[in-house]
Amino acid sequence: MNGAQDLGGQHGFGPIEHDEDQEPVFHHEWEKRAFAMTLAMGFLGQWNIDKSRHTRESIRPAKYLASSYYQIWTEGLIRLMLDAGLVVPGEVHIGHKEVTPRDLHREPVRAHEVAAILSRGGPASRDIANGPKFAIGDRVTAIRMNPIHHTRLPRYLRGCPGEIVLHHGGHVFPDTNAHGQGENPQHLYTVRFAARDVWGEHANPRDFVHADLWESYLAAA
Amino acid sequence: MGHDHHDHGTGHHHHDHDHDHDHEHSELSETALRVRALESLLVEKGYVDPAALDELIETYETRVGPRNGAKVVAKAWANPEYMDWLRKDATAAIADLSFIGRQGEHMVALENTPGTHNMVVCTLCSCYPWPVLGLPPVWYKSPPYRSRAVANPRGVLEEFGVYLPETTSVRVWDSTAEVRYLVIPRRPKGTEGWPEERLASLVTRNSMIGTGLALDPAKVKP
Repeated sequence: MNGAQDLGGQHGFGPIEHDEDQEPVFHHEWEKRAFAMTLAMGFLGQWNIDKSRHTRESIRPAKYLASSYYQIWTEGLIRLMLDAGLVVPGEVHIGHKEVTPRDLHREPVRAHEVAAILSRGGPASRDIANGPKFAIGDRVTAIRMNPIHHTRLPRYLRGCPGEIVLHHGGHVFPDTNAHGQGENPQHLYTVRFAARDVWGEHANPRDFVHADLWESYLAAA
Repeated sequence: MGHDHHDHGTGHHHHDHDHDHDHEHSELSETALRVRALESLLVEKGYVDPAALDELIETYETRVGPRNGAKVVAKAWANPEYMDWLRKDATAAIADLSFIGRQGEHMVALENTPGTHNMVVCTLCSCYPWPVLGLPPVWYKSPPYRSRAVANPRGVLEEFGVYLPETTSVRVWDSTAEVRYLVIPRRPKGTEGWPEERLASLVTRNSMIGTGLALDPAKVKP
């Protein structure tokens, strides 16, 4: 979706407030709890990472851009839980149970399980029966599309010519996985775009931008 | 927009924002209350265990951070065979140092050379290689960096104090899938024969994102 999250190439956001490595991991106590709750609720398996991302980018642009990172996470988590029927709006407001919790047939994740869960991670690679359509070195074009659903093809690359530089095998396809329509793994490639082909003549001819793109985002050039 | 650290003494001052400081303050308190209410609710419903939340926080505050990545880089500098392994299969080479798991499941190492400089961004959200770098800094997740890193990387690098010759090829990597990138900065001159631990002290977080270079040993206190 062409939401506020798709920031590549936009202007007017001002200087980068960087910090020379001095920044604390969290800036407020509530950020720690919002971060940890988002992970711990994710561990319960009621949604996937693609749905989480889509939920965050569905926040209205004006609100998204005015929110801090963990405010976006908090809002995203609440929407995911409402959607999954784990909470109702009144409960979120008062911070107190009003309806019987949906039985997930499992205990919450315990402290002693955390390390193993994080180590296991959630690989997105999948076996895929069909062979890759493209090989390293092939010239391709990122297709033009403007889907209202989740996608990971950024706007600034749509229509641009590039070259396949890496092939990662089959990976879960976010465009369907975000919407409960299955993982539908596709071949994933890293595509190299000349900066001039993306941004125009003012770009340095030696510069390149790369993105990881699924096969259906690409057409043979 | 990632301005939530105004009032925490990180050395940033935003004169043009002073007028809405109070507004921002109350909004933050509101968020803090909302998060507290949420935690009470989820604990009461039996969905989360506060001790597990503490454990998650402690993991990323104390155990997983850019010192992990610095070990990878130092080993690559000191050991050509390890560098070769990183080039061929970064996920396995990094796992060999026990840096594995969430947000580092599929790793690619990007080696800076005299002619090429690599820089990593996630324009769509905040993808970042957690096992080697920990959680991303606010600027990495914020619109100014995400919007400009792909379109004007040289301008962004100058904001970070990195000035590259016109002849260097700047290669930006937008993390749009579950592949995570670790930049291997160039090894500084004057470090011949250094042990890995000492080499690692020159490797900053920003040098592994590509918005910085490894530290100059002449400018580091022994």
